[in-house]
Amino acid sequence: MNEFQNLDQLKTSARRKKIIRNVVIYLCLTVWAVMVLFPFYWMILTSVKSYASYNGEYIPKFFTLSPTLQNYSDAFTQVPLARYFVNTIIFTLITTAAMVVIITLAAFAFARLQFRGRNIAFALFLSLMMIPNELVIITNFVTITNMDLRNSFLGLILPSITSVFYIYLLKENFAQIPDELYYAAKVDGTGDMKYLLRVMIPLCRPTIVTIIILKIIECWNSYIWPRLITDDPDYYLVSNGIQEIRENGFGRENIPAMMAAVVVISVPLIILFLIFRKKIMAGVARGGTKG
Amino acid sequence: MKVVLQNLTKKFPSRNKKNPQDVIAVNDFTFEIPDGKLIGLLGPSGCGKSTTLNLISGLQSPTSGKIYFGEDDVTDLPPEHRGVGLVFQSYALYPHLTVRQNIMFPLQNLKGAQKLSKEQMAEKVLKAAGLVQIDELLDRKPNELSGGQQQRVAIARALVKTPRVLLLDEPLSNLDARLRLQTREEIRRIQKETRLTTIFVTHDQEEAMSISDMIVVMKDGVIQQIGKPQDVYDDPVNLFVAKFLGTPPINVFDGRVVRGHLMIGNDDILTVTNIPDQEVYVAIRPEGFILQDDGPLCCNLSNVEVMGRDVSIVSTHEKSLNVTIRSIIDADNPVDRESDTVRFAVKPHKVFLFGKTSEERIHFEV
Amino acid sequence: MEKRNLKGWLYLLPAILFLGIFMVYPLVDVFIYSMEEGYNSASQTSYGTGLYNYSYVLHDTYFLQAVKNTFILVIITVPLSTGLALLISMGLSSIKPLRNLYQTIYFLPYVTNTLAVGLVFMILFKKTAYTDGMVNLLIRAFGGSSVDFIDGPYWAKMFVLCFYTIWIVLPFKILILTSALASVNPVYYNAAKVDGTSKGRIFRKITLPMISPMIFYLVITGFIGAFKAYSDAVALFGTNLNAAGMNTIVGYVYDMLYGNSGGYPSYASAAAIILFAIVMTITCINLLVSRKHVHY
Repeated sequence: MNEFQNLDQLKTSARRKKIIRNVVIYLCLTVWAVMVLFPFYWMILTSVKSYASYNGEYIPKFFTLSPTLQNYSDAFTQVPLARYFVNTIIFTLITTAAMVVIITLAAFAFARLQFRGRNIAFALFLSLMMIPNELVIITNFVTITNMDLRNSFLGLILPSITSVFYIYLLKENFAQIPDELYYAAKVDGTGDMKYLLRVMIPLCRPTIVTIIILKIIECWNSYIWPRLITDDPDYYLVSNGIQEIRENGFGRENIPAMMAAVVVISVPLIILFLIFRKKIMAGVARGGTKG
Repeated sequence: MKVVLQNLTKKFPSRNKKNPQDVIAVNDFTFEIPDGKLIGLLGPSGCGKSTTLNLISGLQSPTSGKIYFGEDDVTDLPPEHRGVGLVFQSYALYPHLTVRQNIMFPLQNLKGAQKLSKEQMAEKVLKAAGLVQIDELLDRKPNELSGGQQQRVAIARALVKTPRVLLLDEPLSNLDARLRLQTREEIRRIQKETRLTTIFVTHDQEEAMSISDMIVVMKDGVIQQIGKPQDVYDDPVNLFVAKFLGTPPINVFDGRVVRGHLMIGNDDILTVTNIPDQEVYVAIRPEGFILQDDGPLCCNLSNVEVMGRDVSIVSTHEKSLNVTIRSIIDADNPVDRESDTVRFAVKPHKVFLFGKTSEERIHFEV
Repeated sequence: MEKRNLKGWLYLLPAILFLGIFMVYPLVDVFIYSMEEGYNSASQTSYGTGLYNYSYVLHDTYFLQAVKNTFILVIITVPLSTGLALLISMGLSSIKPLRNLYQTIYFLPYVTNTLAVGLVFMILFKKTAYTDGMVNLLIRAFGGSSVDFIDGPYWAKMFVLCFYTIWIVLPFKILILTSALASVNPVYYNAAKVDGTSKGRIFRKITLPMISPMIFYLVITGFIGAFKAYSDAVALFGTNLNAAGMNTIVGYVYDMLYGNSGGYPSYASAAAIILFAIVMTITCINLLVSRKHVHY
């Protein structure tokens, strides 16, 4: 057994290999972490540089010694950033709330109620998941235009308050609640609606919370539909607002103020993410995709 | 290849922050496994038997102590240099490979001088498959096999590179009762044919007793007793071992020795010499009872279960520490089922005494 | 019985109503639009039906440019992002300290506003009269010559677009692959270790086959997502993508619908259906390939 003679060599070389491997892994991971974080750092840094000092730096500096909040006040005074912000909050809240009500009712019907045509209806619902948004958005644009709902919250909100995927997700969760609970409630004379509110929703709260968070992220970042349906800045959401700021606001060169606006827009979601980190990541892993 | 464990100890850092004491999974093990024997590591779950197996395979390294295969110190060798075959409790067959590819997998890892040609590999696979009798299943995927067949494939995979030691982790626990019986005989046969030193872990005493050359009874990381199954059964060193081995389990009573008389309650069941007066545990094997109208031990009869060759008499006694007393009697003996009580004499060699506090065995002479 | 049936449908009613108006009807309608020649949204009239819209779109240089851009984007970003995500998740799975921190950082791009952060990328890459920009500074430090990535040559713009797209899609892929790797039962690794399997072989023969379903899932969704690229391009190059020569197919659809050259839902519909056909074809090919190579 010649392996045994150079056992010590084997051991030290294995240990050395392991250390080298770990160093390389951490190095690579850190490189990518820097790639991810750098844009965030740069946007915060730029947002606190004064207009004059930013434009004076032919070679950009990696830090600033005289941070200023002037850009933030500019962002709120020179362009209607607050307006965009409020619009987005209104849009997000109403859309999410309406969607939760609608999908809960639908998921409850599919999971709990017995009625003729249920299975066919569910299969049809599922098949709707395959329809890409890009196909239907054209007609929706025409529909909303014809209903004279352009530049209105109703027009922004209506097409996005149902989601087949979330109905499916919630239905699966509802279906895991044992039938016995339902029959017990029935025997006690509990109505369907009361059972839904008192038993099923509390039991499935984690899923509902996940859906709400994912929907909020989606609403906050939505760009395409709002862009089509609004051309009056009074109804712009943050995504359209930032695009508007880029193309017409501040005069084209006031980049620090632009970055201040970007920070303001990005912060709410990042805070939401840091609070609900585990929930969001688990929810996304279960079937979210970007956009 | 004999396997020697010397003062083997494995500690795990405590996960409980309030009580930062290390968990000792294996405490100072010293024993020698003779070449070519089948050894059963036996104990309740959490007693450290799987850890012991992992130490021998090299998947975990010991906190202190040594492991020898023959004369070689393998304590610090990584698993691949030890030449062990390991069969996992869940079999760990690669689900995406066929049976043939699974068995061939270890051979394809060999490098340098040990490297085999394709023909040699195919031949070895066939041989291993033949040994466990799965020749016809070679081109199937694991999920198309029954539990017993998967078990055989796992054994073939462990055997194919002719290991020096074969390790089996709870080899029968995932099988149903009928297959279990069949498979344990199969393991015994394979072990006899290959003459490999084989160590297997189980919590099922019947399984360990039935096929092992030697059993090692463990509790809380400490070896309780090592010996041939029958010897351990007939001569347990402490109450734990006595209770752990045997089905139905041994019957334990509160008893005392008074001036050479072994008393259970008021029943004077045996005359024992050489023991000073003291409180004791009296443990009687189910087959240690003799039905006798004037027997000294008087129990309340609850039930008589006919099992064909034998009858099992279920009774109670106020001093019994088991809920019911089970005694196995030859079916030829008449039992009066209508009676409220039943009287027994006992076979002295089926009666064990244990100290009240130490729970260690107290030997007596009749 | 009748009442019970009615009740079920009543609960479904809002969902059916909205899905009907905003998904089912538009799906039918988009095909009709695409066949109506010379549809005019103001008068809501058309000359007749036929394939003219398709032929118009397929001969439009802007559309062809968009198709070319989209294909380049897809071919570069899908394999690169999947491979990179695999490397990063393997790195993540093999470390313990700081793992949560890295995971949290890597996920950040998922929760950021594509348009907003795109602006940051723009200023990082842009070369103006006042400054060469961050990235050019780096290039110069390594001895290269500076390039305007935002208004400059085509390949430079394509590079930024691909880079930003990968930056945006990576969090999702890392997340999926990390959980896929974590779900491989460690008993297989132990079994392989006892048999002396080398690290490379463990990866090729055990890890890869076991996470192959997830990899294919990512490739398929990656293709679909990349073909629909649009907001990333807008974020970097502004809304007038045709002028920048960086339009995508989806961008073309929206521009046709409403934009600088807009007001033609028929052309938009035709382009959208062509896109849908391309995506369907690619997805089918993907599924066929995956059936051959995925082991479950």
